[in-house]
Amino acid sequence: MHAETEILFRDSASKALLDPQLRANFRRAMDGLITKRRNQFPDPADLQDLRDLSTAIRSRSLLSLPELLEQFEANCTKNGIQVHWAETCEQANELILGILRSKNAKTLVKGKSMVSEEMHLNAFLESKGIEALESDLGEYIIQLDGETPSHIIMPAIHKNKDQIARQFSQKIKDAKYTEDVDELTAMARKVLREKFLHADAGLSGVNFAVAETGTLCLVENEGNGRMSTHVPPLHIAVMGLEKVVACLEDVAPLYAILTRSATGQAVSTYFNLISGPRGTDEKDGPREVHLVILDNGRSRIYADPQLRATLRCIRCGACMNHCPVYTRIGGHAYEATYPGPIGKILTPQMEGVGVRHDLIHGSSLCGACAEVCPVEIPIPEILVRLRREATHEDVGSNVIGRGTGRTATEDWAWRLWGGVLKRPALYRVATWFATRLGKALPAGAPLIKNWTRTRSKPVPARRSLSERMRAEGGSNE
Amino acid sequence: MSDARTAILGRLRAAGGSGPLPDLDTAVLERRQWPAAERVERLRKGMEAVHTEFLEALPATWPAVVRAFCDHEGLKNLLFGPTCEAGVELAKGWAPGGTQLMPYDRSVEAFKDELFTGVDAGFTSTVGGVAETGGLLLMPGSAEPRLMSLVPPIHIALLRASTIQDTFWSAVKSLGWGRSLPPNALLISGPSKTADIEQTLAYGVHGPKRLIVVLVQDLA
Repeated sequence: MHAETEILFRDSASKALLDPQLRANFRRAMDGLITKRRNQFPDPADLQDLRDLSTAIRSRSLLSLPELLEQFEANCTKNGIQVHWAETCEQANELILGILRSKNAKTLVKGKSMVSEEMHLNAFLESKGIEALESDLGEYIIQLDGETPSHIIMPAIHKNKDQIARQFSQKIKDAKYTEDVDELTAMARKVLREKFLHADAGLSGVNFAVAETGTLCLVENEGNGRMSTHVPPLHIAVMGLEKVVACLEDVAPLYAILTRSATGQAVSTYFNLISGPRGTDEKDGPREVHLVILDNGRSRIYADPQLRATLRCIRCGACMNHCPVYTRIGGHAYEATYPGPIGKILTPQMEGVGVRHDLIHGSSLCGACAEVCPVEIPIPEILVRLRREATHEDVGSNVIGRGTGRTATEDWAWRLWGGVLKRPALYRVATWFATRLGKALPAGAPLIKNWTRTRSKPVPARRSLSERMRAEGGSNE
Repeated sequence: MSDARTAILGRLRAAGGSGPLPDLDTAVLERRQWPAAERVERLRKGMEAVHTEFLEALPATWPAVVRAFCDHEGLKNLLFGPTCEAGVELAKGWAPGGTQLMPYDRSVEAFKDELFTGVDAGFTSTVGGVAETGGLLLMPGSAEPRLMSLVPPIHIALLRASTIQDTFWSAVKSLGWGRSLPPNALLISGPSKTADIEQTLAYGVHGPKRLIVVLVQDLA
């Protein structure tokens, strides 16, 4: 699924900025989420302790990742969960198709899973004649319009009530037009209950995988996750390989910080622990549970000591809720499965820093994301690292597309800059000209016009700082 | 796909861990402790905030409390587990007429349609509660199948005050969930809900529309 040509974030971001409805929808939603999260952490010291603990747990898990994965697989197998491994999204899709066909399954109901979005599983299954229906209300809403999620936790956040009311009245059979949220929810309930009842299979993601007990943990509010995993005779779960932790005690603090960071809830409605298919004496639950563990570039990210921190992510979405860029343009402008700050470091590592060169530069490095991240991922530092990767071919780097973002203009500009800085006499001449003539430079001059298109032209001071220091008798010390 | 497995694990191993495992300081979890009576109040406050309803009961009277609720709501039937301890006790004094007790005594395939469309409420026991955030801990299984607390529009859950733990973390430890788990175990903090339409809360989206906790006061 790698793009061949560069995807220009600046174009889609500029377009999104011109949509006042979209901006209003996001602003309102993000403001609400920021407030709700803040209310969940009244004591800054407690929050920091919980972040430190969560970070340590995720770091520990990653340090022993291969061993934990093997232990997890062994315990799942012992529990009757069938484990499959996929290097790529294509392999994962084929595996799932194979499992569905072996059971002659024609319909699949889905709980929310970002990994399945990463795999473009729905489109793949539809092309093979299998109906894949999203059952999370937000995912259901966007699937009706053939859209992708604009937020990893609240996929339909870009739409408002009126837009959803219109959509339901047009696309759901016998639905009347209403803007009442309870009525809209009831309509979806009716349609989807029918689907849960008759589906041949259910699919879910995995929030945490527990090595010691062979358990899949699912966090949700709606109950569609439980419906998808307990009602149909077959349950297939998909997860990125980084999701495993050592034991259930480790999950407790991660779960506590996940729901608070994500939606400002102390706890979700359901926290579902699945450790096997229907037992011999059980009366319900799936007859078979399959688990697909996906790599898709994660083992490459893992190999780099600095970039490995990317894999600590527990997918809470707090970084996007607090991002000044995301709030203004929404999730679709990123043209990627994972939008926002986490997407800005994850997508280029999965697809290449060359094709996603524009994306890694679309950040002011303000640091809001790192400040709220529950597992303290240094997103701005990783962005800076990826910017370097894009223009350098450093020894030992395994980043896809490294060095391909280098342009002659940029190269030339840096060389000139370096040359001037290395020669004090030249530097003095250059600053003399810049301070005296900078004002006269037209706003439409090459290089400058990219900045001045939407901003006023910066005017240099009439004398440089070092000139003033000298005039006022300061020394170079 | 064992090739994929070998290749993936090989790459992860080649990358290797770097440095010693960081220590885990769990003090932030350990200091979340309350006296028993306060645990009950915290749980109740947390769950009521997300629309859970509470019925007070005593160890000897709870079946009558369940019955009174069913009659008051005019429920046609109540799904229960006939072999679990609470189920046996509930059935013992259940007077004929009014709400019918409906045993979940066959595999779901035998009555899936009826379960989805013809059952008014499900009754389950719990194995504990979580004071910090509010929440019930359930261990479904052969005696109390998984779908009883999910499919019927009303879920009635029996909670004994003495089983309420401080946090999910301490509950996991005291229930021994960390060492081995049944095929399904879960935490429930309220009725099914969503905020996917304009961040507006709506209850009863896929699971139960109402969660009724029958709180048995059994503290010394």
